Amino acid sequence: MIQLENVVKKYKTANGYLTAVNDVNLSINDGEIFGIIGYSGAGKSTMIRLLNGLEKPTSGKVIVNGQNISAIRGKELRNARHKISMIFQHFNLLWSRTVEENIAFPLEIAGISKAERQKRVLELIELVGLKGREKSYPSQLSGGQKQRVGIARALANDPEVLLCDEATSALDPETTDAILDLLVSINEKLGLTIVLITHEMHVIRKICHRVAVMEAGKIVERGNVLEVFQSPKAEITQKFVSQVTETAGHKESISQMLEDYPNDQLIKLFFVGSKTEQPVISQLIREFNVDVNIVHGNISPTKSGPYGTLIVRIVGDTDHVAKAIQYLDVQGIKSEVINNAE
Amino acid sequence: MLNDLFPNVDWEMMWEATRETIYMTAVSTLLTFILGLVLGIVLFLTSPTQLWANKIVNVLTGSFVNIFRSIPFIILVILLIPFTKFLLGTIRGANAALPALIIGAAPFYARMVLIALREIDKGVIEAARSMGAKTWTIIWKVLIPESLPALISGITVTAVALVGYTAMAGVIGAGGLGNLAFMDGFQRSRNDVTLVATILVLIIVFIIQFIGDFITSKTDKR
Repeated sequence: MIQLENVVKKYKTANGYLTAVNDVNLSINDGEIFGIIGYSGAGKSTMIRLLNGLEKPTSGKVIVNGQNISAIRGKELRNARHKISMIFQHFNLLWSRTVEENIAFPLEIAGISKAERQKRVLELIELVGLKGREKSYPSQLSGGQKQRVGIARALANDPEVLLCDEATSALDPETTDAILDLLVSINEKLGLTIVLITHEMHVIRKICHRVAVMEAGKIVERGNVLEVFQSPKAEITQKFVSQVTETAGHKESISQMLEDYPNDQLIKLFFVGSKTEQPVISQLIREFNVDVNIVHGNISPTKSGPYGTLIVRIVGDTDHVAKAIQYLDVQGIKSEVINNAE
Repeated sequence: MLNDLFPNVDWEMMWEATRETIYMTAVSTLLTFILGLVLGIVLFLTSPTQLWANKIVNVLTGSFVNIFRSIPFIILVILLIPFTKFLLGTIRGANAALPALIIGAAPFYARMVLIALREIDKGVIEAARSMGAKTWTIIWKVLIPESLPALISGITVTAVALVGYTAMAGVIGAGGLGNLAFMDGFQRSRNDVTLVATILVLIIVFIIQFIGDFITSKTDKR
């Protein structure tokens, strides 16, 4: 378990002190994939580096695997780091070493014998799907392959926690998905806790169980990914959620609709979990005397179930429309009347 | 035939001088490499935000490097005469040139080491730290291997400069091709001796450059 208690991190800069992490309390459970999302400068990079002691908090406590990372140092801290490994946005591989030598590096640091190292490296190469590339140098690999080396290297000493520092931000969308799948599979196979920071909601949606949203050094919102998607409270969270639920031209088509049909109601429906699979709209049309025109729809699968939004224009008597909306409410589908494209 | 072309050249002496030059260059390059590497690493690691960030050590090392790098070599040789005499008991011969050569070249090389180390991606050092590496491990397994091509091309440049320095040291009696060219060639107006000595120096420089370039490209896997 990872626990942060009243953690503050201040940096001295030319113009006085900068508070990168401002009184953060957080607890992350064993075996979960926990995401921290925020724009650059929100303090998330500092946050993740507090977890392995690369940064020391100005005040507060950081507890990982039962050890107070903020208090230990020297050999004790180095040993703790064998169990808290990290992967990076730019991979940070040693260009002077081959794939297998890079993966063996943390094992050398931990003082593992050569025979043991070779055996472990083979297993890891197999695990991350890099067979046949053992003797390649990083410069001969693609971005996705480099990150696989990074992951294999991070897993070498059987860590309990894996920290991912924007691990997919330098990769193209397809490779991103492949790397995310790999992270999920090692989370399930090895049961390790993954803490990742990102600025892409897509990453959170795809693999995280829980999420914390950071802004200006503070956690402004946190919770299960599905819940946060369903009802984002902070403005910044809403922005992040719209990253994955809105497609290009979304706003334009809505404002067009509002302009063309000023008397009809545009309604946004939120489906969660199994509701996304129910034929609610056809029931609505059959049971109430209304017409439904679908404007925009989207389903986002998350780690704890699918989440969908549907924007519809309901045409009919005011009375009927009101009843229809009531019916949706009874079905457990939240609705929201859209008055402007924002 | 060679004796017709270069009537004044004593080939035995020329060979002796060449061996002295090679000896002085080789030993001083090796020791410059070690001392410069140590100085460069200290300069790098004690600079702000680095692992041993320490202003005092950094400024002291930096000043030492800058001062000795700035003194013209021929003056340094003269300044170091008492030191050499104390160390070796004499100021003549190939060994007597070594202190001046090393003290003259090591600070120069230390600067190049510092530049090479600064080129290393900070993320790689951070990654090694995140794995629980000791500073010592970071020096041996990250800093040196990751900057090796630059370290080698730097020592190649330094070795070529050292060939030039040995010639200057030769003028004050350290032996070698510079000494021969000056004493036998210049002072006795035997231009053929000067010419042959120059050609031999050029050959030594070309060989050093060739070996240096070869190893640099072999070690660079980027």
